[in-house]
Amino acid sequence: MNIVVCVKQVPDTSDPDTEVHIDGTGRGVDQSKFSFVINDADNYAVEEAILLKEKHGGEVTVVNIGGEAANQVIRMALAKGGDGAVRLDDESFVYSDVVATARLLKSAIKDLGCDLVLTGCMASDDGYGAVGIALAQMLEVPHAAYVKTVEVVDDKKLKVGRELEGGLLEMNEIEMPCLLAIQTGGNEPRYASFKGIREASKKEIKVMDLAATGLSADEVGESGSVAVMTQYSVPEVGDLAEMIEGDPAETSAKLANILKEKGLV
Amino acid sequence: MGDIFVLAEHREGELREVTLEMLTLAGQLGGNVVCVLLGSGVDDYASKVAGYSDKVIYIDDPIFANFNAMAYQAALSELIKSEKPSVTLIGNTGQGVDIIGSLAVELEVPFTTDAVAVTLEGDKPVVTRQYYGGKINGNINFKDADTYIIGVREAAIPAGEGGKSGEVAKTANPVTAEITARKFLEYVEAAVGDVDITQSTLLVSIGRGIREDKNMPMVEELAQLMGADISGSRAVVDAGWLPTDRQVGISGKTVKPKLYLALGISGAFQHVTGMKGSDLVVAINKDPDAPIFQYADYGIVDDLLKVVPALIDKLKEMKG
Ligand SMILES: Cc1cc2nc3c(=O)[nH]c(=O)nc-3n(C[C@H](O)[C@H](O)[C@H](O)COP(=O)(O)OP(=O)(O)OC[C@H]3O[C@@H](n4cnc5c(N)ncnc54)[C@H](O)[C@@H]3O)c2cc1C
Ligand SMILES: Nc1ncnc2c1ncn2[C@@H]1O[C@H](COP(=O)(O)O)[C@@H](O)[C@H]1O
Repeated sequence: MNIVVCVKQVPDTSDPDTEVHIDGTGRGVDQSKFSFVINDADNYAVEEAILLKEKHGGEVTVVNIGGEAANQVIRMALAKGGDGAVRLDDESFVYSDVVATARLLKSAIKDLGCDLVLTGCMASDDGYGAVGIALAQMLEVPHAAYVKTVEVVDDKKLKVGRELEGGLLEMNEIEMPCLLAIQTGGNEPRYASFKGIREASKKEIKVMDLAATGLSADEVGESGSVAVMTQYSVPEVGDLAEMIEGDPAETSAKLANILKEKGLV
Repeated sequence: MGDIFVLAEHREGELREVTLEMLTLAGQLGGNVVCVLLGSGVDDYASKVAGYSDKVIYIDDPIFANFNAMAYQAALSELIKSEKPSVTLIGNTGQGVDIIGSLAVELEVPFTTDAVAVTLEGDKPVVTRQYYGGKINGNINFKDADTYIIGVREAAIPAGEGGKSGEVAKTANPVTAEITARKFLEYVEAAVGDVDITQSTLLVSIGRGIREDKNMPMVEELAQLMGADISGSRAVVDAGWLPTDRQVGISGKTVKPKLYLALGISGAFQHVTGMKGSDLVVAINKDPDAPIFQYADYGIVDDLLKVVPALIDKLKEMKG
């Protein structure tokens, strides 16, 4: 089973030191205080791809749109068991919306002859949760969103569990080739081994610029987009929490007293 | 502004609230509110949504008994082509996200997802979305078109009272071809565990900020001292530090304890949806900009690995 897995590099918003500040253009964020990681859901998609490869054979190709810095997340996916990678990188790709992004991914995937395309269900930075589903339509294959469980029925069919609100699983049968947008939590993403990391450094990351995609400039970036984010703003917030100030000894004492006064402890 | 389509969402015998929220939004935008109901033998939903609509297009077909993305997309695609609404609103839910992107690409219609607000500039919708886990907002500017598709976040826009009484037009399914590439099989309910956190009076709730499962004993000690149950964010459940039935949020449980003590939880809306009804919320987080502080009554900006042990000591002292 040949599998493509799309991975995005995103700022680590779980790191308290990652500050998100709007930059001077109003359309970007200051990245100077970002540490970057693989998008959470994509990490689960990579694991799913490698589990399927281990069980059913085939190759896993990692696809990314990003600058050179994204090699870090690509290499990690290769170290875990990916066989090859494509990185789409061109100045003209900046400001691509969901449609332009999906179009770019398609240009890298369409000739790979794969049975299965995996994406994450959502990127933690822009939160569109739509690139995979748009890509499936462009590739003209069936798809399923929020997939948490994947089972191979036979060489033409998969049984997938889509996780809905309240944790309800919607079980579906889907024909391959198809695209699954993977939700977090369905497997246990492995750590790369030292051997894997060493081998990954020898694997090829093919870089595609605009010319290599075969797309024209007006199909990518802002001009190739239908819904462009044009202005960031700081959200209006209502009443913020009353902040308890002091060192841990003080804040914990004040909190303990508040809880006691309210009869909660 | 012409017709605004709203796709009704239902599941396992229940009309989902997001439907009424979107119908309310459509009414506020000032168009002709048309609810599209794809179902099988759901006349009661038809009369319910009619109270929020100027018209209900109700397609009663066994293929719609349960959600199937391909069947939904095929029918919606035909309806949008024939009825030419100005805007189509679809819930940004487990069902909705399964069709929004593909439907829009099929029809070549500008679209976006997860709108928290929609306004109009002339006849063109302008969408506000959240970025970076709710830390900043962004405005979407659509390319000019005759029609747009917008995914609307659940619980972002409160449902109103309705007060309309649209006619219900039963319509034949415009799609008769059989759908074979994807089949609905069944629903599998989430597992139930030993503690029902929806009934807990006090919850100590942990997020990815607890860092490693070697910090769990500290959390357990605090919970035990307080007589609280332990719940957590999806990140913690995904990591295997807590069982699935302890997850608070949109894909987990909705809790309403007297105290919700959030330790190292950022406050993503998918989490907040499940805990904002708590009586008292206290958040401890190292990041002063964490969205959780918008929902908390009290906040401490500090390392929980320092504050929690100190709090344990204080509570022990108080107990004598
Ligand atoms: C379809 C869908 C459904 C979802 N359903 C749910 C759901 O039901 N429930 C849910 O919770 N999530 C859900 N999510 C995930 C959600 O979007 C967030 O990713 C998740 O809530 C983040 O969990 P977290 O706050 O624990 O982790 P993070 O967002 O990573 O936040 C960790 C926080 O810990 C703080 N921190 C780090 N170190 C320390 C320290 N030493 N001391 C104090 N603070 C520290 C950081 O500042 C940060 O704010 C869903 C997502 C999707 C796409
Ligand atoms: N720049 C990118 N490079 C590779 N994959 C991407 C990129 N952007 C989005 N994706 C994929 O699409 C999924 C959904 O992204 P989104 O629709 O932006 O939330 C992600 O989880 C990735 O798998």
